[in-house]
Amino acid sequence: MSNENILSNNGNDVSYLEYKGKHTGILGWLLSTDHKRIGLLYLISLSVFLIVGVTFGFLMRLELLTPGRTIMDPQTYNSIFTLHGVIMIFLFVVPGLPAVFGNFFLPILIGARDVAFPRLNLLSWYLYAIGGLLAILSILLPGGPADTGWTFYIPYSVRTNTNVIPALFAAFILGFSSILTGLNFVTTVHRMRAPGMDWFKMPLSVWSLYATAWVQILATPIIGITLLLVAIERVFGVGLFDPALGGDPVLYQHLFWIYSHPAVYIMILPAMGVVSEIIPVFAHRTIFGYRFIAMSSIAIALFGSLVWAHHMFTAGMSDTGQLIFSLLTMIVAIPSAIKVFNWVATLYKGSIDLQPPMLYVLAFIFQFSIGGLTGVMQGVLSVDVQVHDTSFIVAHFHYVMFGGTGFGFFAALHYWFPKMFGKMYNIKLAKRVFWAMFVGFNTLYFPMFIMGWLGMPRRYYDYLPEYQIYHVISTIGSWILVPALFLMFGNFIYALFKGAKVTEKNVWGGETLEWQIATPPVHENFIDIPVVTESPYQYKDNELVLQTQEAK
Amino acid sequence: MSVQHTAAAHIHRDDVASRMGMWLFLFTELLLFGGMFILYSVYRFTHPEEFHLAAKELNTVIGTFNTAILLTSSLTMALSIAAIQRKQKTLSIIFQLLTIVLALGFMVNKYFEWGAKFHHGIYPGSETLLSKPSGEILFFGLYYVMTGLHGLHVVIGVVIIAFMTVFTMRDVITHDNYVKLESAGLYWHLVDIIWIFLFPLFYLIT
Repeated sequence: MSNENILSNNGNDVSYLEYKGKHTGILGWLLSTDHKRIGLLYLISLSVFLIVGVTFGFLMRLELLTPGRTIMDPQTYNSIFTLHGVIMIFLFVVPGLPAVFGNFFLPILIGARDVAFPRLNLLSWYLYAIGGLLAILSILLPGGPADTGWTFYIPYSVRTNTNVIPALFAAFILGFSSILTGLNFVTTVHRMRAPGMDWFKMPLSVWSLYATAWVQILATPIIGITLLLVAIERVFGVGLFDPALGGDPVLYQHLFWIYSHPAVYIMILPAMGVVSEIIPVFAHRTIFGYRFIAMSSIAIALFGSLVWAHHMFTAGMSDTGQLIFSLLTMIVAIPSAIKVFNWVATLYKGSIDLQPPMLYVLAFIFQFSIGGLTGVMQGVLSVDVQVHDTSFIVAHFHYVMFGGTGFGFFAALHYWFPKMFGKMYNIKLAKRVFWAMFVGFNTLYFPMFIMGWLGMPRRYYDYLPEYQIYHVISTIGSWILVPALFLMFGNFIYALFKGAKVTEKNVWGGETLEWQIATPPVHENFIDIPVVTESPYQYKDNELVLQTQEAK
Repeated sequence: MSVQHTAAAHIHRDDVASRMGMWLFLFTELLLFGGMFILYSVYRFTHPEEFHLAAKELNTVIGTFNTAILLTSSLTMALSIAAIQRKQKTLSIIFQLLTIVLALGFMVNKYFEWGAKFHHGIYPGSETLLSKPSGEILFFGLYYVMTGLHGLHVVIGVVIIAFMTVFTMRDVITHDNYVKLESAGLYWHLVDIIWIFLFPLFYLIT
């Protein structure tokens, strides 16, 4: 065997996109344990589900344009808001950033060749795919799609005749996929860091992925067992939660939110990591308060796991319980605020370059602040009684989940796209699309704050005429937002085929490790494992962060 | 040099990482059962009398017997690891097979136990059960779900250990590479520990 052959087997002279391993063609992707290829598998499948979820959301908005029937009957509407929730939460936002960008960049950012358990990583994607198929089955099977809302509250979820079981199992399996990803990431961060990369030299997105991974491991099993118990209760009639059999439906709500509140931190933390990554690059400044940002991720994961019952202030709870959960809810806002202050402090006196990723990040800070602060408002007991189950809540969590995580996802996509594919999208178009997205998003969701405050309930099919003006504005927002989304995807897809080729290693001038390797990366990321000697984000002297070992 | 790199990159072995992954997985299992233990605690707190009465229906003798079987199987599992560390392959295989036999014995007992309950008409949705007070319905609901899910874990454990036996026979598991067997052992001890909690909570609260 010649030396050249060995090199090409090693995959160090071609990019991971062209690398030929044991399998070729489509199997080279479906059976690949390369974390980068798995990241792309996730990117494709997540994008498909995002489009499905967006379509359902768009239809809901259209239905609410006028009071009474606009385009669908009430039962369809119930199914559509359930599917919108289940698909968006379990199939897009929860896996979202960790599965796509975590898989692709976590090993690279810590100077590793892959995650700790590559085969388990591939299994996670297959579980995700099975979960997604089950979710689709629940739509298509006779009986009709589930109409319980994504929360599957008892007793309705054991009484309704719709396809709750496939939807439950979809969420269960997706949870399993999420657990395995978390387990993989925690082990990877502990065991695979490059020589010299101690904990406080890790990039901040690694910190946030690490904190997220712990929440995935520790919170997800609870939803797993809870949903399984609902399924068992439905199929075998075992008395567990159903009040008719002596069970306690509020207990179900507790168990559900023990996962589902930490889950919102699974959704937002990775996006915060991306923001911390992008801001120093486009402000050309060292990140302000590195240790505070790193530790606030851990604090969010910790406190975020102890606030679940604030979803249930109106469901029946002792006064002491309410006070404690209200207090903890206020406390969890502190680490989030620390992050926001540090980001803004990094921008201060920076040389800000408004490239598309930076625009999305700035929108993130703006929208996340609105979403976060309205969240604190709801943590106040007296206010919560007023706004509970109104569209104020819907506005709040869309500002966090979409205005935060969604925009963070798009920021990451714009930031890393050239590195992942070696192609550049149309930057001018991307900036214009951003503004359409920003205007569309705020037009769509801000009116919900107002009408929710005035008393418009969430999940209602019909409403009083005085709310119509807000619904009309909101629906117009969706007419701006959705085309903007499709334009954004169009820009990327066009760039994949016809975009300008990028071969330089460092398109944005980043200091983290992914910008020191080939574009697109080679199969094993690093020809020689780097030795890290400095903290990330050293912009003072713009030196290379790392020295590669001399090849002997 | 490049040859060495190829080898280093493709045959990446890190026993500490494997063990860590297994422990993290065990945490998730504990939390999975934790959800049900919360249900149990709440319902027992709200229906102490009825739980007490319902527990009298369970056969403490079979329960104790099963506890002894499962504890012994944990011992044989640990011994099989000790044996492979001492390069005694055959002995390790014997202990693994013993573990499987004990696990199957546990399941057979479980089968008779559940069968007897069914015979008395105590099963989810049955008229006999539904005519009882709600605390007893909850008790038996939890009994079936928790011991059922535990039983499922026993079956999975048997399958895993069977694979380990094959691996040991084929020298995939050897005295200097036994992390797979160790992880299987960890899993098996978890199954054991969960039973240690289930046994008093269902059988000994009379």
